[in-house]
Amino acid sequence: MTETSPRPLRVLAAMSGGVDSAVAAARAVEAGHDVTGVHLALSANPQSFRTGARGCCTIEDSRDARRAADVIGIPFYVWDLADRFRQDVVDDFVAEYEAGRTPNPCLRCNEKIKFAALLDKALALGFDAVCTGHYATVVLREDGVRELHRASDMAKDQSYVLGVLDERQLAHAMFPLGDTLTTKDEIRAEAERRGLAVAKKPDSHDICFIADGDTQGFLADRLGRAEGDIVDESGTRLGSHEGAYGFTIGQRKGLRIGHPAPDGKPRYVLDISPVDNTVTVGPVEALDVTGLTAIKPRWCGSAPEGPGRYTAQLRAHGGECAVSAEPVDGAELRVTFDEPVRGVAPGQAIVLYDGTRVVGSATISATVRRTTEAA
Amino acid sequence: MAYLDHAATTPMLPEAVEAMTAQLVATGNASALHAAGRRARRTVEEARESLAEALGARPSEVVFTSGGTEADNLAVKGLYWARRDADPARTRVLASPVEHHAVLDAVDWLAGHEGATVEYLPVDPHGRVHPEALREAIARNPDDVALATVMWANNEIGTVFPVRELASTASEFGVPLHADAVQAVGQLDVDFAASGLAAMTVSGHKIGGPYGIGALLLGREYTPVPVLHGGGQERHVRSGTLDTPAIAAFAVAGRLATGRREEFARTVGALRDALVRAVLDAVPDAVLGGDPVDRLPANAHFTFPGCEGDSLLLLLDAQGIECSTGSACTAGIAQPSHVLLATGTDPDLARGTLRFSLGHTSTQADVDALAAAIGPVVERARTAGLS
Repeated sequence: MTETSPRPLRVLAAMSGGVDSAVAAARAVEAGHDVTGVHLALSANPQSFRTGARGCCTIEDSRDARRAADVIGIPFYVWDLADRFRQDVVDDFVAEYEAGRTPNPCLRCNEKIKFAALLDKALALGFDAVCTGHYATVVLREDGVRELHRASDMAKDQSYVLGVLDERQLAHAMFPLGDTLTTKDEIRAEAERRGLAVAKKPDSHDICFIADGDTQGFLADRLGRAEGDIVDESGTRLGSHEGAYGFTIGQRKGLRIGHPAPDGKPRYVLDISPVDNTVTVGPVEALDVTGLTAIKPRWCGSAPEGPGRYTAQLRAHGGECAVSAEPVDGAELRVTFDEPVRGVAPGQAIVLYDGTRVVGSATISATVRRTTEAA
Repeated sequence: MAYLDHAATTPMLPEAVEAMTAQLVATGNASALHAAGRRARRTVEEARESLAEALGARPSEVVFTSGGTEADNLAVKGLYWARRDADPARTRVLASPVEHHAVLDAVDWLAGHEGATVEYLPVDPHGRVHPEALREAIARNPDDVALATVMWANNEIGTVFPVRELASTASEFGVPLHADAVQAVGQLDVDFAASGLAAMTVSGHKIGGPYGIGALLLGREYTPVPVLHGGGQERHVRSGTLDTPAIAAFAVAGRLATGRREEFARTVGALRDALVRAVLDAVPDAVLGGDPVDRLPANAHFTFPGCEGDSLLLLLDAQGIECSTGSACTAGIAQPSHVLLATGTDPDLARGTLRFSLGHTSTQADVDALAAAIGPVVERARTAGLS
């Protein structure tokens, strides 16, 4: 639906106040579409100004977005989706950590906010598509089916966080930056050339609703401190922690275990058990995962029938690995890795690719370790 | 394009533009003693006299400010401080709950920082404060009231307040009453002396004058504590170099707007009535806000059940029809109007409002454009719902 579109569309451009979404909106206008800009207000009590390079929810960001829309010459509105965002993204994020899992809120936001709450409202108001500054490509097949592919520039590819989109959502998605074979500097130069003041704005990182970047503090404020044990694989108590939610599988730093392991090797978080509030640590080899089970599969198109060979991506900036995967009863996905992988945590999303094409995604519910089964 | 947001700002009158540009190229600080200063001062004072005459005030009662917001702040904070300084018992502020934020937030600030007790006066379903309500509130303890503040006419729903009766009630108890008359000038018979008010806010850009100029009409017996300290201009009540070009243009606009008021009320009022009929024809369940009769002649305000005001605005904007939801926004996010909430409107219903305000450039074509658009727009906005 991007540059191949045969007719001008009524497009709603989600504008965060950053450079990518501003350039995306400008490109949509240039492609001949009738574009309206919208900034999503996602916080009930937005901060006045950005602190550091984080967040996209401040009043300053809203003004940056409005300023960009004015320069591009499109109408601009702010839509208050704070309630939906809190329920579907923030509360979910906290609950997932509380349950010992490691969620990706950006995926959740794309699934539930940008391409659900926002898209639904846009469609109801007569828009044809929602445009964002994501780096990903929508390919229109000859049979009219739309496929989501990795961005032309693999280094900037963001198809992972869009892997949750289903066929219907994809049918109304527009990613004008997806075909960009340029560096971020060149996007900035393009913004500059277009007179967009956000050209020099720093990139946003991390989690937008945790403005100071202190995820542990954010969780501690919401979940309270709950002291528990840090144990080794045999169950021997090695130390204590102030809340199991503060740990991620594969984490090495911040364990604060007084005495070293008998073999002197570093120890890693292997397992988080919210039920008994226990964190299990062990050697790096024990992190090796040979397979996993994932739930809530979402397919970009029809679900595959039977087992298949794919490449998989397990985190936003992670690499690819070869897998065999099979949907089970439509509600589950079983995955076996060709080679063991490390740092796989329940709660993360696995996105399956066929070449550059996104096949679908699912939320990891359990991993298969080489030696033991965990989580 | 159909511009139906004159209550937000209205085009400058050509005569005002002419007066302003003539002054922009002249030099002279109205406080200076030399010839250039004397020339500027003469312009300012003639403007003051002209504006005073147009508004039924004495020239010395006109205190120029940077606009309506500053005049409201000066009246509310300045009179509060002065009255409390004279008698520390006076800390009660009586305000209508439908005030513009320039008054509401100033009053709230006094409560938060200056020990004021704020009492919001009850309003009827049209958003109007009745004299009996004011009497009851003051009479409970006349000695602790610092001031009362109301509107001459509401900026959102257009309801006109019985200002003269309210002022007479307040003055029975020796309580100064301030009224925000920003929307009333040029539409209603605004006569400061006849009103009996202690203070009254007016603004330039709402009546065909320039932005950034307004005035507080201030009875001579009142000396509010200044909000802005400095060179002692404007009776030592409002310091700052006088903006001669804006003041000259403001006075021209004020004189023309008040002089043309009856004609304006007749012609624009007829257009407004046509607009109201057209909207109700197209959307039978739309609810006209404010007093159906005793309202600003250029104001029409509707609630559209099941719609988000924002959606309506977006859809009309896309068709070149410019209006307002009428309510204030925080960082661009529409909030249910405090005015509607004060009148007892259901909060969900209060999200679906639009204010159409006409002005001196409005035509039948504007009304026709809205009449053609509003039905389908409301239908579509309903589909989008209140998500």
